[in-house]
Amino acid sequence: MLTENQNLSLNHKPGHVKHDGHNMTGFIIFLCSESIIFFAFFVGYSVLKISAPVWYPAGINGIDIKMPLINTVILVSSSFVIYFAEKYLHKKNLWGFRIIWFITMIMGSYFVYGQYVEWSELTFSLQSGAFGGMFYLLTGFHGLHVITGILLMGLMLFRSFIPDNYKGGEMGVESVSLFWHFVDVIWIILFGLIYLWQ
Amino acid sequence: MTIVNYDPRLVKTKNPYPKGPNDWKRFFSFNTDAKVIGIQYIVTALFFLLIGGLLGMLIRGELITPPSDLFDPTVYNGLYTMHGTIMLFLFLFPILSGLTNLLVPPMIGAPDMAFPKLNALAFWLVPVFSIILLLSFFVPGGPASSGWWSYPPISIQNPLGKVLNGEMLWIIAISLSGISSIIGAVNFVTTIIRMRAPGMGFFKMPIFIWTVLAAQLLQLLGLPALTGGAIMLFFDLTFGTSFFRVEGGGDPVLFQHFFWFYSHPAVYVMVLPVFGIFSELFPVYSRKPLFGYKFVAVASFGITILSLVVWVHHMFYTGTPMWMRNLFMFTTMLIAVPTGVKVFAWIATLWGGNIRLSTPMLFCLGGLFNFIFGGITGVMLATVPVDIHVGNTYFVVAHFHYIIFNTIAFGIFAAIYHWFPKFTGKMFYEGLGKVHFALTFIGATLNWLPLHWAGLLGMPRRVASYDPEFAIWNVLASVGAFILGVASIPFILNMVSSWVRGKPAPPNPWKAIGLEWLLPSPPPHENFEEDIPTVLNEPYCYGLNKPFVEDEQFYIEKSLIKH
Ligand code: HEM
Ligand SMILES: [Cu+2]
Repeated sequence: MLTENQNLSLNHKPGHVKHDGHNMTGFIIFLCSESIIFFAFFVGYSVLKISAPVWYPAGINGIDIKMPLINTVILVSSSFVIYFAEKYLHKKNLWGFRIIWFITMIMGSYFVYGQYVEWSELTFSLQSGAFGGMFYLLTGFHGLHVITGILLMGLMLFRSFIPDNYKGGEMGVESVSLFWHFVDVIWIILFGLIYLWQ
Repeated sequence: MTIVNYDPRLVKTKNPYPKGPNDWKRFFSFNTDAKVIGIQYIVTALFFLLIGGLLGMLIRGELITPPSDLFDPTVYNGLYTMHGTIMLFLFLFPILSGLTNLLVPPMIGAPDMAFPKLNALAFWLVPVFSIILLLSFFVPGGPASSGWWSYPPISIQNPLGKVLNGEMLWIIAISLSGISSIIGAVNFVTTIIRMRAPGMGFFKMPIFIWTVLAAQLLQLLGLPALTGGAIMLFFDLTFGTSFFRVEGGGDPVLFQHFFWFYSHPAVYVMVLPVFGIFSELFPVYSRKPLFGYKFVAVASFGITILSLVVWVHHMFYTGTPMWMRNLFMFTTMLIAVPTGVKVFAWIATLWGGNIRLSTPMLFCLGGLFNFIFGGITGVMLATVPVDIHVGNTYFVVAHFHYIIFNTIAFGIFAAIYHWFPKFTGKMFYEGLGKVHFALTFIGATLNWLPLHWAGLLGMPRRVASYDPEFAIWNVLASVGAFILGVASIPFILNMVSSWVRGKPAPPNPWKAIGLEWLLPSPPPHENFEEDIPTVLNEPYCYGLNKPFVEDEQFYIEKSLIKH
């Protein structure tokens, strides 16, 4: 045991461990994991489709591709648009960021609207066999992610009006943008599976 | 090297628990301290071990006689389903999260987890989904009754036609448990990757950290597949979709793939940290360096990768084509290689060691012995022709209880005893610990060893009544189960009375090497606070005269200062 007046000394510089700034690491790990749910659905879709004697519900030979194709173009281009919004933020051009960011939100909202229109014109339902279930499950689950993305973007837009909000870095904007790219990539695979592979 | 004069007694100590009152109340609050959360997890999980154990004893009570006389067979179906579900999702996963929470930050020299708030959220989901699961006992039609694997078509039958039913609550509870586990996994992996002490490269990490990393990566890769399957099952049950319904063009076997793609790795999520515990404890209690540290470390990742490609061994008899059976028989047997590396390393560590048979070591040795036995029956089951015969019999039940209880739970008990002084600051009673071990070992062996014979003779699992020729094995098993029930008494007594009035524990009662043993018992709120040690070697250099951290004496003396 030590006595009161003995002096303890450390012969080296004590180390430090960063307390924060791990959000991006955590978020990337989370996204990788999240993508596996989609992967599971994609595998399920493919397995059911390959082994099904009749895939589409009675009276349907396939699904119309026009509307979804427009949607695809919009969503994919929005991934480029959001990239420029980020650029503006890096250059500290707040209004440029806000405007381009908002345009991305509009493009995302249009996608959701297009999805809604497509759904309302379809003649089969969630209960129409394995295909019906899979179709609504995949597009619906993806749509939920798009809506989440738009809401998160709204939050970031709102935060940009708080003075000095982006002084400490743009972590939130960067993760939302990453999430948006993720949603985009998932859609491309989904589009290939459901609409191109008929 | 700079010299920093530093006398910790002169530095004003911050309130060691700034985020809450320093008393029992903090265990009932949304506390973000990993050490509090760890204990919250462990105590909650042990409570559910009692509930799950009670259900287990009810099952064994039914099976002590051949006819189904104690329960209606339908009730019996609910009992074993809930028993398995509670043991896995309310006991094993939470208790391992608890140990991981307690051990990871101090072992790597981090002040806390990377995301303390998410950490607390992950814990508080446990009581939420536990209550949902237990409520299912009271809904019309009773709890889920299709076994812990919930295979369709049985699980989506919903005989009463009610929207709110036991199976639905089961799926909701399991999904919430999945969310909690994913939050935990993101947290653990980030913490281990980003917050290690200076000098602690990957090949200086304790093996426990290696195994946690391997196990949590498995969670991240596997669990979402089960979540996907569970969502589809939920839709089939509630919204009348046909993902797994043959009538609508669905495929029930698809669910089995989703389920086992996760649930086989899940058994490794549970056993890997226990491998870590073995690797930590054997060197301490035999005073020798861990044999083949690097091999043991890397083998953890061998297990991670292989365990993602063996799941079909649970489906050898559900219409799997021959080529697939052979392929998965091969991969399953391959997994014996990294596992074998670890087993040999432990035996070599023990060999010629100065073995001290204290309670934690007894549980470790018992666990290792049982693991070797359970591993052998595992390889037998991986052999397709054998499995076709004994699949779905009590042989499988015996195999996995040898692993899940006799190995994993043994390792958990070993860990609880070993680190009890560190995190409560009190010593436990060695005598009571030994009684606990003896009762547990006898009870567990009597419970599951005879069931191998029942299974080999063809007794099917999940039945409330059976042919009288199997009676003798079942009587033995039931007696074992009741002994296990009794074994909880010395354990609870020991834990409660030691925590309340045990002798104060020194910082390093077992003379162990490791960052956590350089901290006072219990460690202060932020572990090493501002002076984190620089690690020089892996923590297994017993008798090698190699320094563990720079300036070790400083930390030892600091840990001895009374606050
Ligand atoms: C290391 C820890 C292990 C754990 C936690 C574990 C756990 C389990 C569980 C829970 C089951 C039963 C699932 C059920 O039917 O409800 C099972 C079955 C099985 N285990 Fe293990 N096991 C382990 C090791 C092994 C090993 C090393 C092998 C082979 C090399 C193996 C091969 C099998 C096989 C083939 C089955 C399927 C038997 C059947 O359903 O007919 N296991 N195991
Ligand atoms: Cu398995």
